[in-house]
Amino acid sequence: MIEHKLIVSSSPHIHDKESISSIMIDVIIALIPASLMGIYYFGYRAAVVIITAIAAAVAAEYIFERITHKRSTVSDCSAIVTGLLLALNLPVTIPLWMTVIGSAFAIIIVKQLYGGLGKNFMNPALAARCFMLIAWAGAMTTFVEPLSGYGADAVSQATPLAILKGTSEGMLPSLTDAFFGVKAGSIGETSGAMLLLGGIYLLYRRVITWHIPVIYIAVFAAFTYLFGSNPTDMSQAYYTLMSVLTGGLLLGAIFMATDYVTTPASKKGQIIFAIGCGILTFVIRKFGGYPEGVSFSIILMNIAAPLIDRLAKPKTFGGGAGNEKK
Amino acid sequence: MAYTFKGGMHIPDFKDLTSNKPIIALAGDKVHIYPLQQHIGAPLDVLVKKGDSVKVGQVLADTDSFVATPIHSSVSGTVCDIKPYLHPSGATVTAVFVENDFKYETDPSIKPKDPEKMTPKEMLDVIRQAGIVGMGGVGFPTHVKLSPPPEKKIDYLIINGAECEPYITADHRRMLEMPDSIIDGIKIVMKILSLDTAYIGIETNKPDAINLMKQKAEEAGNIKVCPLKPKYPQGAEKQLIYAVTKRRVPSGKLPADVGVIVLNIDTVSQISRTFKTGLPLIKRIVTVSGDCIKEPGNFEVYTGVTFKYIIEAAGGYIGDVRKLIMGGPMMGIAQFSDEAPVIKTTSSILALSYGEIGYDDYSPCIRCGKCVDHCPMHLMPLYLSKFSLKNDLERAEEYHIMDCIECGLCSYLCPGNMGPLHNIRIAKQKILENRRKKK
Repeated sequence: MIEHKLIVSSSPHIHDKESISSIMIDVIIALIPASLMGIYYFGYRAAVVIITAIAAAVAAEYIFERITHKRSTVSDCSAIVTGLLLALNLPVTIPLWMTVIGSAFAIIIVKQLYGGLGKNFMNPALAARCFMLIAWAGAMTTFVEPLSGYGADAVSQATPLAILKGTSEGMLPSLTDAFFGVKAGSIGETSGAMLLLGGIYLLYRRVITWHIPVIYIAVFAAFTYLFGSNPTDMSQAYYTLMSVLTGGLLLGAIFMATDYVTTPASKKGQIIFAIGCGILTFVIRKFGGYPEGVSFSIILMNIAAPLIDRLAKPKTFGGGAGNEKK
Repeated sequence: MAYTFKGGMHIPDFKDLTSNKPIIALAGDKVHIYPLQQHIGAPLDVLVKKGDSVKVGQVLADTDSFVATPIHSSVSGTVCDIKPYLHPSGATVTAVFVENDFKYETDPSIKPKDPEKMTPKEMLDVIRQAGIVGMGGVGFPTHVKLSPPPEKKIDYLIINGAECEPYITADHRRMLEMPDSIIDGIKIVMKILSLDTAYIGIETNKPDAINLMKQKAEEAGNIKVCPLKPKYPQGAEKQLIYAVTKRRVPSGKLPADVGVIVLNIDTVSQISRTFKTGLPLIKRIVTVSGDCIKEPGNFEVYTGVTFKYIIEAAGGYIGDVRKLIMGGPMMGIAQFSDEAPVIKTTSSILALSYGEIGYDDYSPCIRCGKCVDHCPMHLMPLYLSKFSLKNDLERAEEYHIMDCIECGLCSYLCPGNMGPLHNIRIAKQKILENRRKKK
């Protein structure tokens, strides 16, 4: 017997199990190793920063949608991802009130004011990080030595990038240390190994494809190898590897430049996007005032994404010339 | 190595519910209903009136138009009514009702035909008179497909045994149980088109069918079986043609424009059976499946029985039926009643529960690009959908919306469940209307 009225809608009548929240949860899972590593290297305060950023992002989303009478989208977990990504881009010493403002900026200004999930044209976490970098340059660029504890014990240390650029004095970490994360930097960017692990998980779960991370890193590495101004006596290859493993490149390339909303939708567009990110990161690191250029490059390419999508439409099957009978 | 195309996606196929269930032949029902719309083309005129007695295979409706096929009575009995009735498309269409006398007396005109002694033109006429249409689901008259304009030289005949829609196993069972009818049908079509080779495309998820057809094809000599990668929509005409021949049908053109004709497995089987017995298309295999069917199976039924009748033969419903579909879950038509009749293109009837249809809340597009990655026509469904919502038909056309084959993959995999295909259909409809107005 048919008990209920039958649902009549146009085809298809079945749906994949994947949903927006399942994708967001996959991203969160992929970020857990890097987060844990950050907490291990920088102490419990890293956990406090992460939790604060997430809580502030979720609260901002909830309150904004409540006030504007929009349907609550807290359950899609996208605000958690934004908060987590922002926290991983912050130094462990960041004052918590700045973290809260940063999260609120990401959610309210960058995401909600442009229409909410799917409508923002910049990566919210990155835009908030850039905003914080400009607003509180000092607090945002004070990094401490890993495993040195927090508070009075903490020893502030220049990031490898600043040393590479020659703007700060200090000892460069070994390549192994740079890869596993024993280096100064933001909470989440220290451990290349853990970021790669997360990236592999996202690839396995088909949340992302290899195109953007691999091309981004490869283009950056190629430019650095060919044109990078190596201030030290290390070999150019060593210098290139060091540049790839330090700073926010892996975090940016794997987790930020692959953000769906702010990157082109077609593969061709994504490849152009990734090449642009790679070149811009190199240019900013080499010629810019800041030692780091990942955030700015991705944001600049985010703005170009709609244009890229328009120019890089895939060739339709059976469209265009050259399809006549062979 | 399996043949395939770029794009598409493997989706769970649920075929094991019925793939090993032999075809069960069902008797007729008390009353058979024949809607006058069972093909794409010109409308038909009713040739019988209320009270007439009819025989099996007698023509009920026909027209002089070339792009049309007649409809026959599948049972003998009396025409008890001619009135508008529910059509599986959801519309109400004039239908002829025949009360079955259960004698199954065949019409005297029904005689076997020998294809060896006929000219291609006479053979095409046999196919038209037998009411044969594409039985995969679209229902385009087969004799029209087999009459390409003389300037289009056909050098490829592809028989579509991909059956890429989930659940459906009707063609699979046909291949396993009546392989000779398929081979014979292919030979007839090859003679009509004066071709010396033909290709059968079968997805590799049916290894038993591939092996059997390979063996039969080898015996026949000039027929080749092409194993296809099991992914959706492998059986879509343009994608199948590309997989087998590496030819791309240009936008807005037909397979014949690249020298190819594609016929469904069951259609060629019907052709040979028509020549052998003289009987027109009055029976077909219907897969009845889904998690709300008690005993899913494959049934050979006389056209004109209601869905309800076959579902009862399959043990009836279990659980909470939320969607009843004629055809596959990807491209089939949702029904609001099980009283609609089986027509020539009813390849399956599915009854699905809430859990199976994955009915979920709608979220906005997050531009994940999965629809772009998997679109078999290499379109950008997210933009087409957006332009449709904004009623920007010009941009939609600029993004090749008319090339969409409506396979439904974009809506299937959209994590936001925003149903881009639905919006695309609306825009396509509007564009077609505008074009008609201009003419």
